Amino acid sequence: MGRISALFVCLALTLGACGEASDKPATPAATGDESFPVTIQAVNGDVDIPSRPERIVSLSSTATEMLFAIGAGDQVVAVDDQSDYPPGVPTTSLSGYEPNVEAIAEYGPDLVVAAGGSGLKSLAGLSIPLLVHPAAGTLDEAYTQFEQLGVATGHVAEAAEEVARIKSRIDEIVATVPDFAEPPSFYHELDNTYFSATSATFIGQIYELAGLTNIADKADKAGTGYPQLSAEYIVQADPDLIFLADSECCNQTPERVASRPGWDKISAVRNDAVFDVGDDIASRWGPRIVDFLQKVVDAERELEMANQ
Amino acid sequence: MSADIRPTGLRASWLLLALVVLAGALVIGVLVGPVPLKLSGVLRELADRLPFVQLSSGLSEQQSAILWQLRMPRVALAGLVGGMLALSGAAYQGVFRNPLADPYLLGVAAGAGLGATIAIAYGPAAADWPVDPLPLAAFAGALLGVSVTYALGRANLRGRTTATLILAGVATASFLTAIQTYVQQREDDTVRQVYAWILGQLTTASWREVVLILPYLIMSSVAILVHRRLLDMLSVGDEEASSLGVNTQRVRLIIVVAASLGTAAAVAVSGLIGFVGVIVPHTVRLLFGSSYRLVVPLSIILGGAFLVLADLVGRTLIAPAEIPIGVITAFLGAPFFLLILRRSGRVA
Repeated sequence: MGRISALFVCLALTLGACGEASDKPATPAATGDESFPVTIQAVNGDVDIPSRPERIVSLSSTATEMLFAIGAGDQVVAVDDQSDYPPGVPTTSLSGYEPNVEAIAEYGPDLVVAAGGSGLKSLAGLSIPLLVHPAAGTLDEAYTQFEQLGVATGHVAEAAEEVARIKSRIDEIVATVPDFAEPPSFYHELDNTYFSATSATFIGQIYELAGLTNIADKADKAGTGYPQLSAEYIVQADPDLIFLADSECCNQTPERVASRPGWDKISAVRNDAVFDVGDDIASRWGPRIVDFLQKVVDAERELEMANQ
Repeated sequence: MSADIRPTGLRASWLLLALVVLAGALVIGVLVGPVPLKLSGVLRELADRLPFVQLSSGLSEQQSAILWQLRMPRVALAGLVGGMLALSGAAYQGVFRNPLADPYLLGVAAGAGLGATIAIAYGPAAADWPVDPLPLAAFAGALLGVSVTYALGRANLRGRTTATLILAGVATASFLTAIQTYVQQREDDTVRQVYAWILGQLTTASWREVVLILPYLIMSSVAILVHRRLLDMLSVGDEEASSLGVNTQRVRLIIVVAASLGTAAAVAVSGLIGFVGVIVPHTVRLLFGSSYRLVVPLSIILGGAFLVLADLVGRTLIAPAEIPIGVITAFLGAPFFLLILRRSGRVA
């Protein structure tokens, strides 16, 4: 039932008869963009895109945010169930974790963007180009993904502008980082079993920009970037700041953190320096990394005020 | 009646040995952890809690919190969960006369998994919920799983074989797991939390969980310990047991209910920790003998010791990071068990 109605929506959209498509005139470049065909070197090999894609399916919430940020939103026909930003994205029941190629194919995509390639191999058989953009390890990797999406969608200049905007916003925010005699330490919480992120992840890079010391760095002997810390260690490491990225997934709040046994001995808890940074903002390496950085720096300034 | 099977019964020396092993495991578990605490400090801190003793331990407030609020409850919980799982495993193996029976056999695990997944996916979004709904939902799910299995399999329970109940358990588990997987896929932003729970966790152990599981463990242990002689008779065969005047159906029901209740409580606070329920009772059999009069008590004690030590490895091997406890139990348990199996084979 859901699929059938979705199909009708697709048809309606292609005819320009409803939804957003009717509000905006068809892009003139749509039919004759000279820059195509293009080939993109992605982690899943060379991706050939014969012409400017007009029916993009995004299975990655970060890619969705990036596509809309670089002005390719009009070319996106469907996004996965996790994509919820910017407001008004065409969210569907498609899953990025357990992708169903048949359901994807019903949208008639001419480009699929995903964070992982598992389960999507058969797209090749349907001659649908697949661009895999996994979680960025560094900010530079995130910028590269912006640029690749720009090339893939025919928005090269806008992608470059967006990257420049992010870089300059980051510089502006970093300039407001307070001076501490000793860099404060922090614990970034991914879930309520104490998984965290080290400086080797893009999450950790944001904190590095803010001049903070990550307590998870010493704990990543396995080198995954996302170690599970023991509670004993967190209490002993005594972080000055705690950032929660598990308020939505796991209902964690500063109050809940304070009520955990033994955690009342942690400086961050004693000094009310536990901050909710939001699961989504702190887990997507897209345009909103500047918001993430801003939240971190705001927290630092509160800490500085409290210390005075 | 008991005199003729006395030789295979529990010897005081074995009980003492098991208790020494458990005590050793507990002491090591409390002394060793990802955060090094001074041995003298820990001992003084412990002595300080004794009546009429006033000692300054030299531990900081933080170290004291680590010891009392994080490490001790975790060691205690590992001991209780390990004991409970080993006990349930032993009981099921006896009741079903099946050496492969484990505590999760009758749909307990699948039911608890479904309960936990529903709690994670649809649980109260408000953080002001007074208690964590997860263990309660897991417990309810576990009981549901066992009840369905029992209701389905009961029809033939009187019969010559207990296979019906086991098969009913397989069907129930598959059905509940299917629902659980469906819910998990529908709400796939909760996948990480569900997996963390399924892998088994003692990471967030606190005294609250210890208090939660303790009454069930005591009830189950007493109920099964009382029936340990009857388990010996059941293991010979229902007809033989009946001819000796045992109400096999009643005994079986009591033991199954007790073991399931205890397993449900253990699963609710610690997730699914595999292997303990199979490996510990069999190790006891291979080392000491197969009478349930010794297998039951020794499984409780040594199961506790095993899980305390397994958890010790999990929290110290790559400290200050953690390894999921389920990985450790299988990784350590399997080779250890094979070693014992080979040795005992040679002796026999």
